[in-house]
Amino acid sequence: MNDMRTDAAINAGAREFSLAHANAVALYTITRREVRRMLRIWTQTLIPPAITMTLYFVIFGTLIGRRIGSMHGFTYMQYIVPGLVMMSIINNCYSNITSSFFGSKFGRYVEELLASPMPSWVVLTGYVAGAVLRGLLVGAIVLGIALLFTSLKLEHPLVAVTTVLLGATIFSLAGFINAMFAKKFDDIAIVPTFVLTPLTYLGGVFYSVNMLGEPWHAISLVNPILYMVNAFRFGVLGVGDVPIWIAYLVMCAFVAVLGGIALTLLHKGVGLRS
Amino acid sequence: MQTPAAARDLAALETIDLRKTYSNGVQALKGVSLRVMPGDFFALLGPNGAGKSTLIGILSSLVNPTAGDARVFGISIHDDRGGVMRQIGLVPQEINFNQFETPFEVCVNVAGFYGIPRGIAKQRAEKYLNELRIWDKAHQATRMMSGGMTRRLMIARAMMNEPRLLILDEPTAGVDIEIRRSMWHFITGINRAGTTVILTTHYLEEAEQLCRNIAIIDHGTIVENTSMRTLLGKLDVETFVLDIHGDCETLPDVPGVKLTCVDGHTLEAEMSKKQDLNSLFAVLSAHGITVTSMRNKTNRLEELFVRLVEGNSNKAAA
Repeated sequence: MNDMRTDAAINAGAREFSLAHANAVALYTITRREVRRMLRIWTQTLIPPAITMTLYFVIFGTLIGRRIGSMHGFTYMQYIVPGLVMMSIINNCYSNITSSFFGSKFGRYVEELLASPMPSWVVLTGYVAGAVLRGLLVGAIVLGIALLFTSLKLEHPLVAVTTVLLGATIFSLAGFINAMFAKKFDDIAIVPTFVLTPLTYLGGVFYSVNMLGEPWHAISLVNPILYMVNAFRFGVLGVGDVPIWIAYLVMCAFVAVLGGIALTLLHKGVGLRS
Repeated sequence: MQTPAAARDLAALETIDLRKTYSNGVQALKGVSLRVMPGDFFALLGPNGAGKSTLIGILSSLVNPTAGDARVFGISIHDDRGGVMRQIGLVPQEINFNQFETPFEVCVNVAGFYGIPRGIAKQRAEKYLNELRIWDKAHQATRMMSGGMTRRLMIARAMMNEPRLLILDEPTAGVDIEIRRSMWHFITGINRAGTTVILTTHYLEEAEQLCRNIAIIDHGTIVENTSMRTLLGKLDVETFVLDIHGDCETLPDVPGVKLTCVDGHTLEAEMSKKQDLNSLFAVLSAHGITVTSMRNKTNRLEELFVRLVEGNSNKAAA
């Protein structure tokens, strides 16, 4: 009797929520699962970027930076901090979403998502939110380490925050598309190695593109990472190589295009449904 | 607004000329039309590669159909995929949960994907993991669980949205008889409580014992779709295995009975269901053969299944 009452109460409770609430619960569930995954394997997700970036700060900032002198009125160490923070955010967002989503395909538990009533946008937003949160956490750790070596004053906080969010979203979406097409683990390693790393290093993290002659300056302007690094540098230091409105335009365009592609692929079930 | 009569006629599952051709050209379904009524315990049987998993894949949104439609309680998979998924619980053939999560997390997360608030999801997870007798493993990593436990976890997970239609794709494969019986008990209880159940299995005695209606699929087409009673009624021949004392090297002629000596102690007798056993025993006794015990060679459904599938293969070959 008691069991029956409990069942009735459970069922009655379950019926009393709307579709919007159901989607919000589903979104929270995916994001929570992603964050828990990231924290469970913290030695793989949080420690490596902290160690790598500490080495960058020691070698490029402290040892080599002293000999370089000032850049746009800042020490070399101060100049490269925004780029290194952005670089770690981009890399971690990308690797988080590719390994997590491809892992769910490989382990077949992506079927739990596909066989559920969740709309595609909820699945995509949940994975992107998880990746962005990892990017933000790693970015905060790297920034904290940087502050052990130098001092920084946030010139345009709103620009810095929106740039980080847009940059993290762009590379989370790009990683999601990569994971959808990936058939084996090699497929999720190719893009970071052969595309992401060169673009990041050539995106003005360590230097101002204004120092480059033509045609390298013009070629650098095609690199989307340049806009993210310089927009974030503008937010933190108040200086950048590209006009801020162009940087926003480029970033918003990438979010829209990549978001549209990811959503279409997911809706069609490319790489997921037979 | 639906009339009571219309609601009564609304099938739990209706597939209409459902077709699936894979990109490699394989035609897995060649126009499958089925109707499963609410509250039914329905067996979907077929040999390996017959199209069962493709059909279940379409119903659970893992496979895109090439043509045709499937309706679950009147909702079309083309019109409202989410609405269909809300009605269905799926126990797939292959293990497909995150093996780094605990059974409790697996169940609560899946409930979350259905939009069920976390508080309710936790209550349900405890309820179903308890009912399936794996609550003591609820907070251990799933990768440490035995085959029988993972099967029961997949049933618990499928129950998290308390579906109106539960689809079980070989749920008892590789499970020992004790656990299999406890799973039957659970599923029968769920069905009695009103949930429509569709079962695919290679254990035909399981289907015969549990299911009221049956469809047999082969080469992507339905070769039989009727009630279990009607189907079993079609079987007009039975084979008995007789344990004997005496020599069966030379066997007597018994009209209407085909006798085969399997070994020195075992005899097989294939005979019409209409024929009585007394005349067989009398002839054997007169021939110096004593029958010490007897049993059916195969269960009845297995016999029918083999005949139907063989008949279909012969037709296809012709």
